[in-house]
Amino acid sequence: MKTKTSAAKLTLKQTLSLLKSGELSLNELYQDVDEAVEISNKKLNIYLTLADDARKRADKALKDKTPWLGVPIAVKDNICTKDLRTTASSTVLENFVPQFDATVSKRLKEAGGVVYGKTNLDAWAHGSSTETSQFGRTLNPRNPEHLPGGSSGGSAAAVAADMCIAAIGTETAGSIRQPAAWCGVVGLKPTYGRVSRFGIAAMASSTDSPGPLTKTTEDATIVLYHLSGRDPLEATTGQQEVPDFTKALEKGVKGLRVGYLYHDIEGLEKVNPYIEAALRVLEDMGAEVESAKAMDPHHAISVYTIVQRGEVSSNLARYDGIRYGHGRDMFGDEAKRRIMLGTYTLSKGYADQYYNTAQKVRTLFRKDFQRLFERYDILVSATSPGYAKKVGATEGSAMFGELEDMLLEPSSITGLPGISIPCYRDPNTNLFLGMNIVAPMWREDLVIQTAHAYEMHTEWNSWRNNK
Amino acid sequence: MAKKVSTAQVKHIANLANIPITTREQQELAAAFSETLAVVDNLLKIDIKNIEPTHQVNDLENVLREDKVDEERMFSQEEALANAARTHEGYFVVPRVIDEN
Repeated sequence: MKTKTSAAKLTLKQTLSLLKSGELSLNELYQDVDEAVEISNKKLNIYLTLADDARKRADKALKDKTPWLGVPIAVKDNICTKDLRTTASSTVLENFVPQFDATVSKRLKEAGGVVYGKTNLDAWAHGSSTETSQFGRTLNPRNPEHLPGGSSGGSAAAVAADMCIAAIGTETAGSIRQPAAWCGVVGLKPTYGRVSRFGIAAMASSTDSPGPLTKTTEDATIVLYHLSGRDPLEATTGQQEVPDFTKALEKGVKGLRVGYLYHDIEGLEKVNPYIEAALRVLEDMGAEVESAKAMDPHHAISVYTIVQRGEVSSNLARYDGIRYGHGRDMFGDEAKRRIMLGTYTLSKGYADQYYNTAQKVRTLFRKDFQRLFERYDILVSATSPGYAKKVGATEGSAMFGELEDMLLEPSSITGLPGISIPCYRDPNTNLFLGMNIVAPMWREDLVIQTAHAYEMHTEWNSWRNNK
Repeated sequence: MAKKVSTAQVKHIANLANIPITTREQQELAAAFSETLAVVDNLLKIDIKNIEPTHQVNDLENVLREDKVDEERMFSQEEALANAARTHEGYFVVPRVIDEN
């Protein structure tokens, strides 16, 4: 290993192999990650809380020969971590110290990962920018004049800034994939029900999906494996066996049928050429690419907006300031808007008009994807309509997030797995574009297979280039 | 669909959702609601006759567990109260909801 390179810049895969061989010590690793945090966290506002027992836990994980050997992992702050403050970036929970671990935290710790710190998000995960965090916005490490995206903006930024080896986020509709695209990292949203929601501040229970944000697709594969599987504490987790996703890394894309979606949607003119270049790479590797026509994603915005606000109004009813946290007067503007709009659309006389209509259109989206997957193995589109927006971009727009996440919402409301991987870097701004790859339910292997093949044949992954 | 939401409606919804809001917020929220409802209006044009609603996407049905207490997961009284704003002799203190009169 080159001694001058910071160990914080290593991928999870590399870190594990160097720790195992003894070429890297936990001391070196933690010194380098601590240093990265020391230098930039104050400016970028990525971690809200750092765990002071991380180093001690790492030693134990290494000694116990766990699979992850004590590597530092960044965890989004809407995921409960026992004895470590968990705020969901809202002042309502500013003093909440969970008495228990979310299943995701528990599995992470069991695998030998160490919760290094808790990352910033849009308050309650309501947003796509981290600008609605009640503890201040996070800045994009690739270019601090820009936003990191969201809601898992802190976790994506922690990966981009090498302030962790890998990170965990949650996605309800775009909240893993969109910040991954904006920060130039990999974000994998698993199938709904693949990873347990137990112990995560609920946003929209029918679409919430925790998942990895990592430096490479291979790393996402490792993290996903350890988080996945049936949880007796969470009734919507699937009974499906968790396959060894790493097998998909070897498969390549030869003969894979790829449908190219959403290129005719207004506003994508700037990103289309880069997605098309990426598709040509897949074609060169033997994939069969075809332009495909799907239901208009503008309708998915509507379905998602109604369903999500409704579920939010119900889920956030529990915050009464009695058993934990502060009172309801502490909610920020965005949470107030969403709770109240949900209350409105679920109220007598309106539920049929809004909520039930939305759930029926949701059925049409499922049918549309079933039709598409008869013809294609995977579907590809841009992740976001453009590069990371400038700081302050969300001001005055009640629908900012929904419009930014338009291309991801159809797959979110239908529960499908998807990944965003970097597919271009603008040399002038150092900002990235992401390619979104979607597969049928429970077929994360297909998105992994495609993403990895692309990553290995192109220059857009920052950590592959560092090798 | 109702495109304009009045401040009176907003006040009523805030009351239902137990969210304290100011008069200025009432106006801002009415505007935000109207903006959002205008966006979701496009659903009206879709034919949803004879379409069943989707409430759950991974086709699970009636997932039950054994009706048994898991003592390992049980909090001690001290743990359960650890985050409470106000406690009294081992109990949560809750605001009065019934009027004294």
